[in-house]
Amino acid sequence: MGLFERFKQGLSKTREKLAGGFRAVLRIGQKIDQSTLDRLEESMLLSDFGPATTAALIQTARDGWKSGQIKEEHEVIDYLKQRIIERWPEDDRSLKFAASGPTVILMTGINGSGKTTSVAKLAHWLTAQGKKVILGACDTYRAAAVEQLSVWAQRTGVQIVKHDQGADPGAVAYDACDAALARNADVLLIDTAGRLHTQDHLMRELGKIQRVVERRIEGAPHEVLIVLDATIGQNALQQARMFSEHVRITGIFLAKLDGSAKGGVVVSIRDALNVPVKFVGLGEKPADVEPFDPKTFVEALFSE
Amino acid sequence: MFDALTDRLGNVFRGLRGRGKITEENVGEIMREIRTALLEADVNLEVARKFCDEVQVKAIGAEVVKTLKPDQVMVKIVHDELVRIMGPVDPRIPFVSPGPTVLLMAGLQGSGKTTTCGKMASMLLKKAKRPLLVAADLKRPAAIDQLEVIGRQIGVPAYTERGHENAVKVCTNGIAYAKKTDRDVVILDTAGRLAIDEALMQELESVAKQCNPHQVYLVLDAMTGQDAVNTAKIFNERLEIDACILTKFDSDTRGGAALSVKHITGKPIKFIGVGEKMEALEEFRPDRIAGRILGMGDVLSLVEQAQQQFDKDEAAKLEAKMAKGSFSLEDFRDHLRKLRKMGSMKDLMKKIPGMSGLVQDEDVDDHELVHLEALIDSMTPKERAKPELIDASRRRRIARGAGLDPQDVSGLVKQFETMRDMMKKMSGMNMLQRIKFSTQVGNLMASGGQLRKLKASTTATQRSLSKKDKRKDRKKRSR
Repeated sequence: MGLFERFKQGLSKTREKLAGGFRAVLRIGQKIDQSTLDRLEESMLLSDFGPATTAALIQTARDGWKSGQIKEEHEVIDYLKQRIIERWPEDDRSLKFAASGPTVILMTGINGSGKTTSVAKLAHWLTAQGKKVILGACDTYRAAAVEQLSVWAQRTGVQIVKHDQGADPGAVAYDACDAALARNADVLLIDTAGRLHTQDHLMRELGKIQRVVERRIEGAPHEVLIVLDATIGQNALQQARMFSEHVRITGIFLAKLDGSAKGGVVVSIRDALNVPVKFVGLGEKPADVEPFDPKTFVEALFSE
Repeated sequence: MFDALTDRLGNVFRGLRGRGKITEENVGEIMREIRTALLEADVNLEVARKFCDEVQVKAIGAEVVKTLKPDQVMVKIVHDELVRIMGPVDPRIPFVSPGPTVLLMAGLQGSGKTTTCGKMASMLLKKAKRPLLVAADLKRPAAIDQLEVIGRQIGVPAYTERGHENAVKVCTNGIAYAKKTDRDVVILDTAGRLAIDEALMQELESVAKQCNPHQVYLVLDAMTGQDAVNTAKIFNERLEIDACILTKFDSDTRGGAALSVKHITGKPIKFIGVGEKMEALEEFRPDRIAGRILGMGDVLSLVEQAQQQFDKDEAAKLEAKMAKGSFSLEDFRDHLRKLRKMGSMKDLMKKIPGMSGLVQDEDVDDHELVHLEALIDSMTPKERAKPELIDASRRRRIARGAGLDPQDVSGLVKQFETMRDMMKKMSGMNMLQRIKFSTQVGNLMASGGQLRKLKASTTATQRSLSKKDKRKDRKKRSR
């Protein structure tokens, strides 16, 4: 299945919704008026864009309309699509790899956002790219998290560095770095325990993991991804903000986009924190991952 | 983050004041603010709209503007309406006899089902029930292990079948096992699934058909956005749920999903999950969630956070010490550490209603707390017990140890003495007063300005005073 189909399939519900929300009400030949904008606003709010970003985008559309760039209702979607796509230029969507030695990717996020599954997906994706991957099981808190990652390691055929449950995650990170160096791995993927962004001591623990990695491998972590559940609403912005205060978040892994939720909040996150989306998760199998492509994302959102 | 609804409405009403009452003409702007506040809190758009319509009817004609604070009257109308819609709540679980009572937990991936199963079992244990956990999540790797570990932690058996693919079979076997081993409540932990995943939803339906659960609970993340209504609607249609459990309410989510879910399903929210510990399952309280949705701060959650850190026995001990005035620097350090665990000072202050607007970032410096801790760390146990022992030489040693100035040491000692006095006063207060009070204390300690002032005054007292000055000083104090 190609990228576009997968997206389309994953977002089928979204399209139904938006088809009802946009196309059904936006007729070709119909001139734009205030009610067009009101209906657009509504549909965007339902996609979790949030009131602030929605207002800003509607203003954009209004400006385009007032300045005569767009006149008819059907043009307004293309116009907005373009404005949203422009937010993700290509260079900051791709993973940054180390010039030499292992590239370290630290995966973070709140409980239940889908970190461990996303780690497995990235391991699968990177292996398919011919990279040698090692996993670091730093979620030593949740019951059976290490076992869960071990199962994924086995299924995706990558090595894993782990300690027992309850071990210091910093120590696991340390060992994982050593293993990555000793075994000449291309990528070290570090899974961390889910933590609510409001729990200060856990956030500081995450900062510590980052510092351990920084000291062991120069330039590491090369990527710090926050895994966001696409069903989460406006709180996702708060999550990204608080995580950014403790580790240097370089991108978003948008998980669970195969449901009926649209993840529109990533637009707000881009605007507020300048953090790009790098990957999307579209299912429960390791293969259900795609690098984020804004065109497909927005296209699928707005297509019939 | 947007300001609380109170602030927003305050702005609108400023423009309205003097015009008598809310009319059809001016109500639009007010409703828009309310709607935005609800949307910010992730209330579903449709639900927010219906809600606003209802509030509008109540508000029009209400002579709210004649009162001194029309915005607050309006907020009260909204608040009461929220409470009315989200209630009433019945946190009881209807048990059947003869047992076992079967509870089915369903929800999306990552909503917190397995953890909630553990919490539920732990709660049932306290009610003198004999629960059995059944691991029917056969999809996620190690989900069975997770439930087993949780079961061991709380001392509840878990029924598992490995290598099985049929969740229905595991559930029916689990219930049979419960009958055989005399367990009176069975908790079925099912795999997470999307509402639009037809195959998995069918599996869930057949589990429900075969096992006839007495209660079906939908477990939903309290942070869920607009999609909460879709999930709740479909699960309710397919399973006929009895109630919802909202998880992760210990985050800073405004929790608008609660309103959406109640509105769409008409089913009560029975419990909320408020932490990672197995005891962290609570009754749903509409009044508190209403406050959160409106961004009015949630003092009670602050109280709870405090209670998490300060357990009762410790509190009692501390209280005795405070009353006696034998509160030492060691206790002070413990207190500091716990305070810091609750989050940064800034966040704490923001949770207190009315404070969110007042706190400026530069007012609060968490580093000061770190410094205070470092200073106490470099004291000897004796000095911590009796700070009055600290003379110039000890002061220099402590300062060196902490990497700070000797003035900081005297500043700390002075602060500590003031604190100790305040603690004595505090020993008679209730929890809420105490929270407010300790935040004030915290603020006093944390605010750089205050400390600088203190520093200056200590430098002043450090130079040896003449006899005349000392006499003057004594006189001043005795007055």
